Amino acid sequence: MTSIALRKDIPSAELEKSQIAFSHVTLDLGGKTIIENVSLDVKPGEFLCIIGASGCGKTTALRLAAGLYQPTSGHVSFDGEPMRAPRRDVAIVFQDYGKALLPWRTAAGNVALALETIGMPKAQRPARIDELLKKVGLPNHAAKYPAEMSGGMQQRLQIARCLAQEPKALLMDEPFGALDAMTRQGLQDEVLSLLDASKATVIFVTHDLEEAIYLGDRVVGLLPHPGRIGIDLPINLPRPRDQLTTRENPEFLRLRRELFDFIKASEA
Amino acid sequence: MRSERLKAAILPMSLLIILEAWARSVDIHSDALAPPSAVVLALFQAFGDGSILAATRDTLASAFAGLVVGGAIGLFFGIALGIFQPLDRLMEVTIESLRPIPSIALLPIALIALGFGYRMEIVIVAFACVWPILILSRAAVRSIEPRLIEVSRALRLSPSDRVRKIIIPAALPRIFLAFRLAAGIALIVAVTVEIAINPIGLGAGIMIAQQALRPDLMLAYLLWIGLIGYALNAGLLAAQQHLFGPAALAGEVR
Repeated sequence: MTSIALRKDIPSAELEKSQIAFSHVTLDLGGKTIIENVSLDVKPGEFLCIIGASGCGKTTALRLAAGLYQPTSGHVSFDGEPMRAPRRDVAIVFQDYGKALLPWRTAAGNVALALETIGMPKAQRPARIDELLKKVGLPNHAAKYPAEMSGGMQQRLQIARCLAQEPKALLMDEPFGALDAMTRQGLQDEVLSLLDASKATVIFVTHDLEEAIYLGDRVVGLLPHPGRIGIDLPINLPRPRDQLTTRENPEFLRLRRELFDFIKASEA
Repeated sequence: MRSERLKAAILPMSLLIILEAWARSVDIHSDALAPPSAVVLALFQAFGDGSILAATRDTLASAFAGLVVGGAIGLFFGIALGIFQPLDRLMEVTIESLRPIPSIALLPIALIALGFGYRMEIVIVAFACVWPILILSRAAVRSIEPRLIEVSRALRLSPSDRVRKIIIPAALPRIFLAFRLAAGIALIVAVTVEIAINPIGLGAGIMIAQQALRPDLMLAYLLWIGLIGYALNAGLLAAQQHLFGPAALAGEVR
């Protein structure tokens, strides 16, 4: 593996071990091989983006990393331990935020769900909820129900709930796929600054190549039928990233071209 | 809105007036019919001597107790079978063979086992209430958004937290609907048991009035039962809208 442009200063000893590791992972579902022989190491603090044509198993790979699926052969490990079930220090941001939030709880109540499960005493919760909602830009919406919020706000709320778990790793499944372009760019920058502060490892699944390059330290492209790794590119773009200058950087354009050609070839 | 309601009242009101005029003009001596004015008068008299109030208390107490017992059983099994599919398949034959038994058909057995009185009536009402609540709460649990179940898995909620914090709140609007339907059934079954055999409550009141050749009092009981049923449903409907307004809205927006 080539050197990685990490966005944070992480002690070099930490880089030796991987946080999330796939080792020869194959997954069959309903008699079909969805993922075949995938090996992948994600370092602590790394921001990994997974791209690929639709149906290539991006989401399935993320669910394997989350422990929601178990591999048919090979194994997935987290901090060296086998991932046999979901863990509280691994949070998942689902694409369909409208379905992943509890409609009968307010914004504050939805964040509280995560705090309840990590066992935070009741007295400490309100302050933590305020802090988290402020972090994701929803300070004045604590009493609102999800149905009273826009799509972008609902996705921020889901991110706040995930951050409440104080995760070591955040797994994001096309989190901005259903949002309009402006909202999406705003959230991309917010996610980058939030994660810079939390130093969590990220696996980010997207079908948007530019989004992947813009956010990631590294982009992995999957080939379809069955899903396997086709390309693994380090992204050596300077941080902090900027919606205008980063996207105009010649390196950005070169990477975009390379990934575009990869997707085109994989669909042929 | 108000004029609409007035218009809707025109037909029943004119029918009542015609019935009253006809009954007076022919001076009926019927064991089944009475002029509306006599029915209303009999209702007031029954309130005056307290007999209808005692009967109402007996019927509602039995219906409510039966609803609570049957509802609790139905809810427990409905949620359990909704969560555990293998258990559901295991119980399917048992449930489907018990469910078609009309609850009233249990009357002879219940009478021998428990005798006259509240207990027997409560058991029969409970049997009738178990099924709609079991079937509807099972369906409600099964139709919960799978993503919410995944969220509870990802957060590693304990099984009891999963039921308490995700499954019951998510299914609650439909479970409440099931209770509303079952409440109507409870009233019907309670009155039926009283008419058939149990010498308490509003159903027994109707039978006593009938045997005393008092069609006015009999119809007064009937009118009163209708009013109770109407009020019960209207009250529960209002409660449903009050409780689940925001949640129902959320379901639609999504």
